[in-house]
Amino acid sequence: MATDSSLQGNAAARWQSIRRGQRRRPLEWLAERGIFLVSLSAILLILLIFIFVAREALPVALGRMTSAHASDVIAPEDMEKIPPAQLQRYLGLSTKEFAAMDAETRRELMKVKVEAREERPDDPDADLNTTRWRHLLLPHRWSGYEKPEYIWQPVSPIPKYNLVPLIIGSLKATLVALLFSVPLALGAAIYVSQLAPPRVKEYLKPGIELLAGIPSVVLGFFALIVMASVMQTVLGYASRLNALLAGVALGLAIIPVVFSIAEDALTSVPRTFTQAALALGSSRWQCAWKIVLPAALPGVFAAVILGFGRAIGETMIVLMASGNASIVSWSLLDSTRTMTATIAAELAETVFGGHHYRILFLVGALLFIVTFLANLAGDVIVHRLKGKLEGKTS
Amino acid sequence: MLTARDQMPWDFRRTALDLDSKFFTGLTALATFLILAILGVILGNIVWHGAEGLSWRFIISGTERDMFDVNKAGVLPMIVGTSARVILMTIFVLPVGVITAIYLTEYAHPLSVFTRVIRGAVNNLAGVPSIVFGLFGLGFFVNFIGGGLDRVLYAAEAEPHWGRPALLWASLTLAVMTLPVVIVATEESLRAIAPGLREASLALGATKLQTVVKVVLPQALPGILTGAILAVSRAAGEVAPILFTGAAYYMATLPKSLADQFMDLGYHVFILSTQSPDIEKTRPILYATVLVLLVLTFALNIVAVLIRARIRRQMRHHQ
Repeated sequence: MATDSSLQGNAAARWQSIRRGQRRRPLEWLAERGIFLVSLSAILLILLIFIFVAREALPVALGRMTSAHASDVIAPEDMEKIPPAQLQRYLGLSTKEFAAMDAETRRELMKVKVEAREERPDDPDADLNTTRWRHLLLPHRWSGYEKPEYIWQPVSPIPKYNLVPLIIGSLKATLVALLFSVPLALGAAIYVSQLAPPRVKEYLKPGIELLAGIPSVVLGFFALIVMASVMQTVLGYASRLNALLAGVALGLAIIPVVFSIAEDALTSVPRTFTQAALALGSSRWQCAWKIVLPAALPGVFAAVILGFGRAIGETMIVLMASGNASIVSWSLLDSTRTMTATIAAELAETVFGGHHYRILFLVGALLFIVTFLANLAGDVIVHRLKGKLEGKTS
Repeated sequence: MLTARDQMPWDFRRTALDLDSKFFTGLTALATFLILAILGVILGNIVWHGAEGLSWRFIISGTERDMFDVNKAGVLPMIVGTSARVILMTIFVLPVGVITAIYLTEYAHPLSVFTRVIRGAVNNLAGVPSIVFGLFGLGFFVNFIGGGLDRVLYAAEAEPHWGRPALLWASLTLAVMTLPVVIVATEESLRAIAPGLREASLALGATKLQTVVKVVLPQALPGILTGAILAVSRAAGEVAPILFTGAAYYMATLPKSLADQFMDLGYHVFILSTQSPDIEKTRPILYATVLVLLVLTFALNIVAVLIRARIRRQMRHHQ
């Protein structure tokens, strides 16, 4: 990208460092301080997002929650016999809550515990705390199953919260999306930035960027109503909604992302490179493929990473087109369930502050971390590439 | 208008016929036109089928009787809900976004580490998944701020007043999400302004703040407008962030206060495509709803792209 010579560069940071008017006008000084403070909002918001998503997930992440059904109960008549500290722990109350209760309320709570004991499902797994990390990530041989399995089944007598099916689902859809969109977007980026006649280029670039203007819920709708039937007729698979369909629809959503960043990187390769190649007799394709693309390769890589981040975080398309069955399968033709779609579909029905609620926030925190790292990597790569290419021109 | 690039010897021809080059150039051109063709097919399909179900009655009537009834359902409550949340969002996001952009272009040292951190945060904010914004809106705005307000103002009442999904919280969540869009667009337009303008203003004795507010900002207005339009068009179509912060499956009345929930066009598209009792029968209203949503978001987007193209041309003139 061309840079404005007087706004960029070390020697020319003059305008930004001018402080005229501050000394004699305290109000202007105050206003400029205000501008500075407001500009911190982006940093503050990123921190707030992480803190508040992680905060709801924290009790599960630290292993402070349990989904186990009560196994040993203390009869309400024995209340006076046990020490208060033990009673407080048994009832799962904070010290403040415990102190605020009278003996009668405590006795009622103990009766509730006994009743819960009677409703305990007749299942050997009822004692398991399924919110532990071991059960979130490793397979377990549940009663009634023949071998250890990964199961996401949050609404059942024994809630099962294994995240592996969701992670596999997300990766499957994202992989298909990248395989579908990267070749197309990269081809288009090479064509638009290097090969197209300048006059055509003026129209092609905004045209492709228009694809970004289609809301994801509309792409999801299109995949569900139109593409699903067409692809099933053409390819003849069994499950109408599957990872392949969701991935292709997802690919449509990330084409403009990959295209814009790759095109920007290719365009930022200095003109001297291409001029030299052309002067030596190369064709424009040879110049684009052997000179410009290798020089801009980190930028193309960044485009793929940022496309990955966008695809794995996309919600409505996969919610509508993937079929939402949480099964462990690497087949693209099976119905699949992603992390984002799980949050969108299940959060509204969870008990506020319950383990299901908190585990969905944990999934959200994982998504945040993954996309944060992808964005950070993409950002750093693009920045370095720009610095390198601009350094070479001067 | 010819730029320097056009006059370069781009038409350098090799004497021997270079089939490889022709083939691969054709391949990349094919990829480009394939993308445009897909875009055309999607838009064409929606406009074609959507126009059939669209009628004046559909736009101005509500869903009092049955939201799945082809002859009676309308989208007025959704248009009102989506417009309300988008307008509120613009009010929240515009000042913060524009001021941040002013700091980044007019005050921050371009090479300092601190400026890099702010830019990194803005880029990262743009990449946070929309569903995570939804979780954040629920955890921060609804539970923390809303719940906190309830504890302070309505301590006696058991019913939550602010601590539940509402128009205000949905708008604020979307404002957080679209902040980078406004910042990037405003910054671009501020950079496109000729530096000589700033210097001339200083030379005439204006202070820096006066220059920024009275000379630079008015010039940047088209770019700020582009940013606002892009933010509106992005936010109008987003569903995931408002799922838990304000959108309602069904409401008998229009939202009357900031604490009310609302019906939303995008969410309604989702409901009609996934929960309809008979998808074949409700197809006309589904397509018509999609068309209304697309007109809202897409028309705005085209306007923004056109203004942006003008700004970019203007910027090239200064170099």
